[in-house]
Amino acid sequence: MSASQEQKLWMYKTMVLIREYEEHLATAYFEGKLPPAIQKGLAFDLGAGPVPGEMHLSAGQEPAAVGVCAHLKEGDSVWGTHRTHHFAIAHGVDLNRMTAEIYGKVDGLCRGKGGHMHLFDPKAKFACTGIVGAGIPQAVGAALAAKRRGENWVAIAEFGEGAANQGAFHEALNMAALWQLPVVFVCQDNYYGISTSKARSTSVASVADRASAYNMPGIAITENDPEAVFSAAGEAIERARNGGGPTLMEAKVFRYYGHYQGDQEVYRPKGEVEALKAQDPIARLAKKLKREGVLDDDQLADIKSGALTRIDEAFAFARQSEYPAREEAFQHAFAD
Amino acid sequence: MSDNSIRNKPFHQAMTEAISQEMERDDSVLCLGEDVGPIGGVFQSTAGLHARFGEERVMDTPISETGIMGVALGAAAEGLRPIAELMFVDFMGVCFGQIMNEIAKVHYMSGGAVKLPMVITASTGGGFSDAAQHSQTLHGLFAHVPGLKVVAPSNPHDAKGLMTTAIRDNNPVVYLFHKALMGLPVMGYVDAEIDNHVPQEQYAIPFGQARTVREGTDITIIGLSQTVAKAVVAGHKLAEMGISAEILDPRTLVPFDTEALLESVGKTGRLMIVDEDYLNFGMTGEITALIAERLDRVALKAPVRRLGIPGVSIPFTRPLELAAIPQADDIVNAAVELMKTHLR
Repeated sequence: MSASQEQKLWMYKTMVLIREYEEHLATAYFEGKLPPAIQKGLAFDLGAGPVPGEMHLSAGQEPAAVGVCAHLKEGDSVWGTHRTHHFAIAHGVDLNRMTAEIYGKVDGLCRGKGGHMHLFDPKAKFACTGIVGAGIPQAVGAALAAKRRGENWVAIAEFGEGAANQGAFHEALNMAALWQLPVVFVCQDNYYGISTSKARSTSVASVADRASAYNMPGIAITENDPEAVFSAAGEAIERARNGGGPTLMEAKVFRYYGHYQGDQEVYRPKGEVEALKAQDPIARLAKKLKREGVLDDDQLADIKSGALTRIDEAFAFARQSEYPAREEAFQHAFAD
Repeated sequence: MSDNSIRNKPFHQAMTEAISQEMERDDSVLCLGEDVGPIGGVFQSTAGLHARFGEERVMDTPISETGIMGVALGAAAEGLRPIAELMFVDFMGVCFGQIMNEIAKVHYMSGGAVKLPMVITASTGGGFSDAAQHSQTLHGLFAHVPGLKVVAPSNPHDAKGLMTTAIRDNNPVVYLFHKALMGLPVMGYVDAEIDNHVPQEQYAIPFGQARTVREGTDITIIGLSQTVAKAVVAGHKLAEMGISAEILDPRTLVPFDTEALLESVGKTGRLMIVDEDYLNFGMTGEITALIAERLDRVALKAPVRRLGIPGVSIPFTRPLELAAIPQADDIVNAAVELMKTHLR
C-alpha cells in the first residue's frame, strides 16, 4: 500500500508540525529552570518555570506517528506513552488544550492534573500513561470493546522498544492474538530505554520477531521513513479493521533529545545524534516532494510558517489560561 | 411472585444473581478473568453466567493478571462495564501496577474526562491452610489508594445489593468476597446467623452505609467481611457474660460511614476493631484515627482495642493459622479485658 500525494502531503505537514512543536517546547521548557532564576545551590530545577516536571520529547520519531495515524478514522483510539506528543498531534488531539495541559493550566485536556505524561482526549480517543508498557493491554481492551460492540474501530498501542521487555507487552499480545482483536502494536525502536541500549536489554534484534511467538504477523520497518511506515501500517490496520486480528510492527526511529530534557546523555556515543540528523526523515521527504514536483521552496516555507503560527497560537492559549483553583486538587478522585 | 420472606440464598448465588440480572438489564456488562467461564469461577462467583450469556460476555482469560486489568481498563474507557475476576486477592500483587497506577488514577489524572465503570472481584481470607500466598485479605491495600471504592460484604443480602451498586457505579470498584462466606460445600464457615434473605428482584445497597448487625450498649465491635460473623458469635457469648456488644459492619471501606461509627462509639464509649487484614497501617489503624480525631465528640471509657494479623504472614499449619487470624474467642477475651480497662 503506498501513500497518495495528498496523504504524503498530510504526513509531511504533520511531521513538520510535530518537529516544530517539540523544538519550541524544548526551549520553552528551560524557561525559569536555570540559575539565577532558581534556588541557590541548584543547577537545574525540574519543577520550576511555566512547564514544570519531566519532559520527554519525540523529535525524530515523527514517521511512526504519521505513517500510522494517516490510516485512522473516527472511532479509532491511540494508547501512548510518556514520549507521546508525536502520536497525540498526528491523531488530532486538540493542540491548544494539550499545550495548556503541559503548562498545568485549567484549560488543559485534564485541567492541569495529568501533565505531559498523562494526556487524555476522549474526543480524539487518545490516552497515554507514564508507566512503561502499561498502555499496551489497555489498547487490547479498547479493541475488545470495539469487537463486542460490533464497531470496526481499531486500537493502536504505541510504545518504545523498552516496553517490549515488559510482561504487559507479552500478555497483551497473547490475548490480542488469542481473541483476534482489532489492535495494532506499534513498537518504536529509538535505540535506548532511558540510557540502556537495545543491544543490552533485548534478546532479539527486531521486536517484530516476537510476533511469531504470538501467532500474529510481524513487520520490521528498518528505515525511519514515513512512507515505509505508511505502507506497513496500512496493511496492518486494514487487516485489523476487517477482522483479521492484530499485527506487531517495529519501526526504527531516532531520538534526537535525551530521555528527558536535562539528560546529560553520557551513555550516548559522540556524534550519534548528528549522524542521525544527517538522515532526517523530514528533510528527506521534503527533498523527495520537491524532486517529484509536489512542493516548491515557497510551499515548503509556507508549511513551516503555517506550523509555527499554529504552535504560537497553542502556546499563547496555554500561557493565557489560568491555573486551576486550589480546591481542584481535592476533586476528581471519583466520578459521580 | 415468590414469597420473599422465605427466599434464602448462599452468598455466591446472591452475587451471581446480581451480576446476571445486571447483565440482563445492561448489555455493556461483561465478565472476564481467570476461570470465570464454564466452571463459573473456582469459588462459584460467576456460576451459571457462561451458560446463560455465552462466551462473548463471560470470557475465560489466560493467567495474565496485568493483561486482564489492562484489558478491563481499556474496555471500560470505551464504555463497557467489565467485571474482572482474579480468583485470589493475593494475585493482585502480580498486577498492582495496573490497579494502583492506571485504573485508580485515570479519572483523576484526566481531570474527570475519562470514567472507568468497572468491578474488580477476588476472593479473600484464610482458614483453610492455604498459607501465606492464598489466604490474605488485603482490603486495606486498595482502600489506601485514592480512586478505588472498596466493598467487602459480610452476608448474602448485602452481597447482592452491593454487587448491583458496584456494577452501576461509574468508578472502579474492588469487590472482595470471603471464601468462607460463599456458602461452598468444601469450606468450613463460622456458624453465625447472618442475613441470608435475598429477594428475587434487583436491589441496590448504597455504598458508605454501615449496617448495625446487633445493637448493644457496652462496647462497639466493628468488623468487615468474615470478622462480622465472628463478632456475631462473640456477641452471643459476651451477652451470656452480661456484656452488651453493638456490632457494626461498614460494608464498604471506601466510602466509609464515619457517622455510623461515631454514633455507635458515642453510645457505647468503647471500641474494638476486628480485622482479618494485617494490623499494621491498615483498616484498624484508620478507624482508630477516625475516633482519635473526634474525641471532641466521642467520649471513650477505655482505650481502643484492635485485633488483626499482627505483622506476620499467614502460616500454613492449622494451629498456627488459627493463632495468627483473629477468632471469635479472641474477640470475647479482648472484650472482657477491655471492659476491665479504664482510661487513666
